[in-house]
Amino acid sequence: MLSIDRTTYDAIVAHAKKDHPDEACGVVAGPEGSDRPERFVPMTNAARSPTFYEFDPADLLSLYREMDARDEEPVVVYHSHTSTEAYPSRTDIGLAMEPNAHYVLVSTREHGNSEGPVEFRSYKIVDGEVTEEDVAVVQPAEAPKE
Amino acid sequence: MAIEVRIPTILRTYTEGSKSVDGSGTTLSEVIEHLDSNHPGIKDRLVEAKDGDLDLRRFINVYVNDEDVRFTGGLDTSVSDGDQVVVLPAVAGG
Repeated sequence: MLSIDRTTYDAIVAHAKKDHPDEACGVVAGPEGSDRPERFVPMTNAARSPTFYEFDPADLLSLYREMDARDEEPVVVYHSHTSTEAYPSRTDIGLAMEPNAHYVLVSTREHGNSEGPVEFRSYKIVDGEVTEEDVAVVQPAEAPKE
Repeated sequence: MAIEVRIPTILRTYTEGSKSVDGSGTTLSEVIEHLDSNHPGIKDRLVEAKDGDLDLRRFINVYVNDEDVRFTGGLDTSVSDGDQVVVLPAVAGG
């Protein structure tokens, strides 16, 4: 199961709506081994395409260096589908290289850039095998009081 | 001093879980050959035959000292002792 806080969930949805009709993509990093998606990192879709996404290779290196320095890993890897359902495509499955990540798919096909609900689904993709999992949206952890 | 090769999670099955291994060679090709002699099978995950020549796989990124090797000569990119080679699979899909 993916447990994700409301603020991060909303940020992913907002990013997908903003970039529609192109696919939006990014990660939510978290402490290694924690399975806690904590740090929202929207990425640029270097492909700028409605049917494909790819992190820019230079941005990819910066992202992994930063996560390395912070002992983080990509807990969530998200992207949007803009005219099809929120289910991994054959390409998504073939290129899924993070066996520990939750692959989140958001579909903006219903409402595009406008207000309105989206499909938000999460999967494990390991060795070409897709397993859908439940998504629990939880309240953000309270900021420590001053 | 050796060359440091950073291994992504998905390929750590070849390196007994190590995030980083020692490399050796004067070009990226040689580093990959050396890597494969210590960790058999890993080469095939990094390169493929394209028009009869070996080339990096389309969705594998390799950086030497933070430079994407696609802009520095690909597999012919020079490498020397003390350099760092980072391997990162593309994060991509459709």
